Amino acid sequence: MSRLRPMETPSAASLVPENRAKRLILVHFMGAKAAKPRGFILWSENSIARAVTQRKHQIMDMFDEMHGHDGAVRRPYKTFDGWLSQEDAGRLRAKQREAEDLFRLTGITFNVYGRSEAEERLIPFDIIPRIIDGREWQRLERGIEQRVRAINAFLHDIYHRQEILRAGRVPREMIANNEAFLPQMIGVMPPGGIYTHITGIDLVRTGPDEFFVLEDNARTPSGVSYMLENRETMLRMFPELFSKTRVRPVSDYPRNLRRSLAASAPEGCDGTPTVAVLTPGIFNSAYYEHAFLADKMGVELVEGHDLRVVEGRVAMRTTRGYRPIDVLYRRVDDDFLDPLNFNPESALGVPGIMDVYRAGGITIANAPGTGISDDKAIYSYMPEIVEFYTGERPILQNVPTWRCSEKESLDYVLANLSDLVVKEVHGSGGYGMLIGPAASKKELKEFERKLRARPSNYIAQPTLSLSTVPVFTKAGLAPRHVDLRPFVLMSKDGIQVTPGGLTRVAMKKGSLVVNSSQGGGTKDTWVLED
Amino acid sequence: MRLLIKHTTRYDYSAPVPYGVQQIRLSPKPTRGQVVRDWKITVEGGQQQVVFDDHHRNHVILFSFEPEVTQLVVRAEGIVEMSDTAGVVGVHQGLAPLWLFQKPTEHTRAGKGCRELVRMVEGDSDLEKLHDLSTRVHGAIAYETGKSEIAWSAEDALAAGHGVCQDHAHVFIACARAMGLPARYVSGYLRMDGQDEQSATHAWAEAHVDGLGWVGFDVSNAISPDTRYVRVATGLDYTEAAPIVGHRYGLAEERMDVSLRVTQQQ
Repeated sequence: MSRLRPMETPSAASLVPENRAKRLILVHFMGAKAAKPRGFILWSENSIARAVTQRKHQIMDMFDEMHGHDGAVRRPYKTFDGWLSQEDAGRLRAKQREAEDLFRLTGITFNVYGRSEAEERLIPFDIIPRIIDGREWQRLERGIEQRVRAINAFLHDIYHRQEILRAGRVPREMIANNEAFLPQMIGVMPPGGIYTHITGIDLVRTGPDEFFVLEDNARTPSGVSYMLENRETMLRMFPELFSKTRVRPVSDYPRNLRRSLAASAPEGCDGTPTVAVLTPGIFNSAYYEHAFLADKMGVELVEGHDLRVVEGRVAMRTTRGYRPIDVLYRRVDDDFLDPLNFNPESALGVPGIMDVYRAGGITIANAPGTGISDDKAIYSYMPEIVEFYTGERPILQNVPTWRCSEKESLDYVLANLSDLVVKEVHGSGGYGMLIGPAASKKELKEFERKLRARPSNYIAQPTLSLSTVPVFTKAGLAPRHVDLRPFVLMSKDGIQVTPGGLTRVAMKKGSLVVNSSQGGGTKDTWVLED
Repeated sequence: MRLLIKHTTRYDYSAPVPYGVQQIRLSPKPTRGQVVRDWKITVEGGQQQVVFDDHHRNHVILFSFEPEVTQLVVRAEGIVEMSDTAGVVGVHQGLAPLWLFQKPTEHTRAGKGCRELVRMVEGDSDLEKLHDLSTRVHGAIAYETGKSEIAWSAEDALAAGHGVCQDHAHVFIACARAMGLPARYVSGYLRMDGQDEQSATHAWAEAHVDGLGWVGFDVSNAISPDTRYVRVATGLDYTEAAPIVGHRYGLAEERMDVSLRVTQQQ
């Protein structure tokens, strides 16, 4: 019986040096919010590492969520570690294969963009869970709740009195020059005052108590189906683990989602609200998830051409005629939602749905125009936004961001250019970005010139040393970088944070790319009861 | 002055239309110097779905096509009582922030042509400059019907050197915004002197001037709107203030005929 543990992982000696050699560069694409699978891309190319080592930068310790900084198993992983050390490697390998087969059977795949033909690919799943204990989670949960409440309040304000602009806490230009601001939402009061029915808050971790929000997803965050499938798979494969450990369930997410959506039905809706999921169709990369959620919620999955405006409502075609929808969970972007009011070329939307919405005849979840709150330009103001609307200090930190429009920040950025990542405020997809530690002298000079010419066009962020969680490899456990996307439901009844969320993991050694379209995988995420 | 308005828009389709919707902005706006006494909108071949006020406080009615119609007739009629305000509409109202009206749109993006016009503008105050701008736009674009396209931008019209009221308004708006002033598009009715039958609905522009608020400029007629001008809808450009916009399924071709009577009752 071969034992698993003492392979690549546990000693600090084997953990840290591997990563020390590589300064981790955070390359975060926050702009391209449209249909493409997003997330963030983290980079650690050898070339970058070399550049950094040569520059003798301060070395950051890597934090492994299972083995800490020093190799000793951390508290949340104790029971799991005990179980794991008794396990046979061969059995686990078989289980890993079995898990992959299960996913293939379920059909949980996604399309990879940027290829001539949409290629269906399986997202790798790793059987080692990511474990967060109850106490750690509590703080995160409070922070997430606070942030989501602030985002919703911000949206209401931006589309009404704009007090935060009047107060000068967010500069007017941040909204005025922002494509994500939707004038058609001015003065519109969504049912129950809820804009962000579903939010995904992307978190990264750099130490035992250091979590940062990498980005907010207030449009149509995806990935929750992976979270659910991951748990189901783990329950099926390792039932004994769940009897040893008290893991908070996530399987009630579809029920909670449905309840939360129904609670946001338009006023005057009596009886059980009719909920439906609007999908762009089978060619969308997240179609599987749309179908999955509709199925789990027990509601209809519809496409734009199934819907019409009938008797002042948006109604779906059924075998018994048109049936009005109270709440539409739409997975179609704003621009494509209504060819009468937005992009006239869109064949995915429902002409006139905005009119029905403005007249109070339907709930659209999330509300149109929420993109203004998760925009890259707005992100750096999130601490101010949280304080302004909640009157509290933000519990969750942003990745520190220097706004080059501010003189002091600009001076700092110019002085530390080779340590920083510089991004265009309104840029997307990584265009016009500088990765300081990886840049050549020429590139640094070039950016210095750009920064001086148009400082307000840029923000800068430090490089972060992201935490790792072990993955199961042929050679045993190996640390890999992770992020976390908890899903948050909001209705007038309150805010619910799913315990855990989707952990994405960079499957390649040293890689910081957790994006599914870039070869990232996923893990089951456990939040322990207390 | 009382104006009696009868406005009929008739759409004929070359084939039955399976489904479609139309957004109608044909209700005169509550405006200083303009009191609506009586107003009615009916659609033959359509069913009223919802009504709401949009972000420019335009009253909007959404109609859907009755199944398989080949003809749709939209009638707007009523009486509006007018008094003169020397073209001054007054303080900005509603939640849409003034900065929204400083943003260029596709139809009102100032390019080389607009910037050149703006450079020539003279005047000691914003108001004088706007009057001068109006005159210059009038001079730069000859009023000619039937030769311009509805999708033209301000720059397109300037390049062509001719256009209709829509083009005049777009160029004026693009230039005013380039001058840093909030500006917007107005669609409405105009009673031309001595004639009851009007060839079409009209369009003009408004700019926001500190101290006065919104002030109207009818570039096409080189005046500020008076009691002959009924304000119906406003927007950042034509697309937001258009009297009727629609979206329909099927491949039928559309023909539109407009008849408009604006008569004066003492």
